[in-house]
Amino acid sequence: MTQTDADAQFDLECRKLNKDFSGFRAVKDVSFGVPKGTFFSILGPSGCGKTTLLRMIAGFQEASSGDLLIKGNSMIGVPPNKRPVSMVFQHLALFPMMDIEANVGFGLRQRGVPREEIAKRVETVLARVGLPGVGSRQISQLSGGQKQRVAIARCMVLEPDVLLLDEPLGALDLKLREHMKIELKTLQSEFNTTFVYITHDQSEALVMSDQIAVMNHGEFEQVGSARELYYAPNTAFVAGFVGEANKFTATVDAAFGDAVTLVTQDGMELKGISPVAKMQKGDKAEVFVRPEAVRLATEADKFGGIENLNTGIVENILFNGANSHIILREEKSGGEMNVAIPQTGEFRDLNKGDKIFIGWEAAQTRCYAAGA
Amino acid sequence: MTQAQSRLGLYLLMTPLMLWLLLLIIVPHIGMFLVSISVKTGVRQYVTGLGNYMVFFTEPLYWNTFARTAFMSIAATFLTLVVGFPVAYYIAKLTRGRTKTTLFLMCLIPFWVSELVRTFGWMILLRETGIFSSFLQYIGVLSGPVEFLYNDAAIMIGLVYTSMLFMVVPLVTTLDSLDDSYIEAAYDLGGNGISILREIIIPHAMPGIVSGCIVVFMLSLGNYLTPILLGGKDSLWFTGLIYSQFITRFNWELGSAFGFLLLGLSSAIVWAGLKLSRQSLTDTVGR
Amino acid sequence: MNKILSSGIALLAAGVLSASAAQAETLRLLTWGGYAPENVVALFEAETGHTVEVTKSNNEEMVAKLRATNGGGFDLAQPSQDRIAGAQAEFDIYKPIDLSKIDASQFIPSMLEATKGNTMIGSDVYGVPHVWGTSGLVVNTAKAGQVKDYLDLCDASVAGKVSYRLKRPTLIGFAFSMGLDPFAAYNDEAAYKDILSQVEAKLIECKSNVKTYWGGGDEIKNLLRSGEVVAAMAWDTGGWSLNADDADITFVAPTAGALGWIDTFAMPKRGRADEAAYAWINFVMQPEIAAMITTAAGNFTASQGGDAGVDEALKARYQASFPQAAIDNIKWYPTVPANLETLEGAVLDRVNAAK
Repeated sequence: MTQTDADAQFDLECRKLNKDFSGFRAVKDVSFGVPKGTFFSILGPSGCGKTTLLRMIAGFQEASSGDLLIKGNSMIGVPPNKRPVSMVFQHLALFPMMDIEANVGFGLRQRGVPREEIAKRVETVLARVGLPGVGSRQISQLSGGQKQRVAIARCMVLEPDVLLLDEPLGALDLKLREHMKIELKTLQSEFNTTFVYITHDQSEALVMSDQIAVMNHGEFEQVGSARELYYAPNTAFVAGFVGEANKFTATVDAAFGDAVTLVTQDGMELKGISPVAKMQKGDKAEVFVRPEAVRLATEADKFGGIENLNTGIVENILFNGANSHIILREEKSGGEMNVAIPQTGEFRDLNKGDKIFIGWEAAQTRCYAAGA
Repeated sequence: MTQAQSRLGLYLLMTPLMLWLLLLIIVPHIGMFLVSISVKTGVRQYVTGLGNYMVFFTEPLYWNTFARTAFMSIAATFLTLVVGFPVAYYIAKLTRGRTKTTLFLMCLIPFWVSELVRTFGWMILLRETGIFSSFLQYIGVLSGPVEFLYNDAAIMIGLVYTSMLFMVVPLVTTLDSLDDSYIEAAYDLGGNGISILREIIIPHAMPGIVSGCIVVFMLSLGNYLTPILLGGKDSLWFTGLIYSQFITRFNWELGSAFGFLLLGLSSAIVWAGLKLSRQSLTDTVGR
Repeated sequence: MNKILSSGIALLAAGVLSASAAQAETLRLLTWGGYAPENVVALFEAETGHTVEVTKSNNEEMVAKLRATNGGGFDLAQPSQDRIAGAQAEFDIYKPIDLSKIDASQFIPSMLEATKGNTMIGSDVYGVPHVWGTSGLVVNTAKAGQVKDYLDLCDASVAGKVSYRLKRPTLIGFAFSMGLDPFAAYNDEAAYKDILSQVEAKLIECKSNVKTYWGGGDEIKNLLRSGEVVAAMAWDTGGWSLNADDADITFVAPTAGALGWIDTFAMPKRGRADEAAYAWINFVMQPEIAAMITTAAGNFTASQGGDAGVDEALKARYQASFPQAAIDNIKWYPTVPANLETLEGAVLDRVNAAK
């Protein structure tokens, strides 16, 4: 470990990282860099390889090929107990045989830090996570959220270059999870340490992260900010996985630049854009329209010159407060659509069977080559 | 009505246990106790008293034999733990599925034959003209035959071998329940093999260690065949003393007293062991 | 169902039959290995209609078993003649033998009389003789021909290649070899204690010579056969059976005298099949049956003329080990007084514990 790259741009960098299990590649050619102080999330469905990737960063698994650098130093061949990273485990893995002080002080004890200093630093870090004076308590006496904070304190007391978090909120109930999202983000900015967070829950990733990598089948589909992923997904997978979307399978009828006209299987005509690939007539495409991009109106002329304009019959109303939706059936083609209800009160009295106009912009109608 | 019925059911369920306890444990022990407190004064003449117990404390031979037996049993227990722990760890943590079952079965194999046959097996291996001695001569380590049998080391080997399963089973059970993520977390936080063993694995396995140790200690202390057959000229074992009092000396009174002393003293040692390891009997045996 | 029914009827019929016949009994025999060989049992069952259940044991266990059941569970036992009177006095486990039911003409008269005398309490006789033998030395003559007496086992020339039991015959044998007479001191506790203490000192001194104290007959045979032990104190039959495989190993009557024992027939107090027990005694004492038992057990019996039909090879071994002078020198165990074994036990424990 030389310090030549001490001023490296990235706290964590992966270069063409691969991991092969017998007959199957779990992680494929993954390359990315995480700048210092970033909250970086890896988002993907279960089985996408994100856990393997995290375990490679922690050192529990050896990379099959490629390089992995922390603060510019290659970590290949460095065992987990020698890496400047710490990990918060899915079920936290707080040691039940020790009290909280011993848990948090574990890493410092391994480093041979003098006893008084351990006590001091443990107390300091516990105070920073908002749990001063709990040192002598047993793990079983803590609530779920407190355990979470202790687990983070146990890692942060070692001042790691990178903190890895393996879906630590998965076991919490919904309310606490919402609360912990905010708290984790606050803790991260307070410690100003690079967090690498893996999750299959997009709202966790969207709320907390500075940067998100969407992973699928062992590969990174797209890396970007929450906003970029949401509004400008690069692939059909990202468009479908991040946020909600109405998905259509359609055939290109005409293309001009990135503007395309398509016809769905049900015969509905769509105008959209193809942000990634050039499309030609006859190409199969997957089309995504977000429920909140669809506007509702009782009269057709309220939309002005909107590109996609249709009528629909309300089939079902899914009332969920601020997050309410209607399911409606498009009249001409009979295709089903999910539309968010604006919270202006305008459509409060909408009923099943009502006929309503729907319209959305071509720019919000994103097309991707099918099967890509 | 239903309550009465369920109570009846409970009694019925408890009957076999109660009968077992009463007929096979409590009644014989009362009988033995009554025998142990009758002191022989002449031919077919007995008085009630603690004379038989006093013999144990006044005759250094008996006292020393008990101390020797207890000491050797503790040593055998410790050795079994040292040998059994890595085996149990390997089975619990490093294997899974079929391999695990196979390895577990391999620990069981010695128990498919009787203790007598097992002990004779060791005699064949260890005797002067036995396999071990012949092999060492063959490969040139020894120049002449060496007797490995008839000494305390042979007893130790026999006891450890016999007790192995009773140590491995509780250890595998407790180690199995140790979540791998604790070990990984400790490793991640900078722990090494030794500190993880000391701070994570052993504290977690403590109930298994203690219950295994209790069983192995009791089995070793109460073993009769192994020390008698493998031991040498000086190898007195307390159960051997009890046997000779009952069978060759016809002295059931002293034999019964020895039996109770063995029960009491071994319980005392187990109690001391529990206190030292800060475990409770319910924690360890009640799992 | 039919099977159960028919077997039930069969059982019932058997019960009726046996009740009407009134003689067919089950004889529960507590004996030594070889004393009731299968061929003899088969002949007996065929001739008398009784059935025999054999339990193999030894002197100490016989007493322990009968004591535990207060003299029940067996119909006929075969303890050594010196162990009857003491056990009877202490535990009351036998009943007197009805000599009128025994065919005295089948016994060697001197042995019958001696056994009756030794097992008599008051005017009741508790044992009649069956098999006799000796214990002495079994020696590998090629490797340890110099061993002629018990004390020779302590000689440096056989250091580490010697074995004997830690039991009372060893105490007695060593005492004779040391020029003492323990049998004469049996009824004088002080004198006997004095003898024991001398023997104890000798045995402790001799301990370093011993490879191991043997426990079972097979164990000592293995040790001698493998050559790990070259001289041992053991039974004559053991020596002779080894001699059949290896001509170098044989039984040697010690110069101080072999120790002679006689195993008897004794009737447990609560035995039920007395008829069968007397029938068995009279049956096995016939000369030709006695010869079959000698062949199986290796030891001669108290049957008059019973040695006539014995295998010549065994006879030859017997004669080689026992010239007339050696026979005359056999020390027959007298009755062991009660309590004597407690003294001996303490000595044996101390020898065992000594370093």
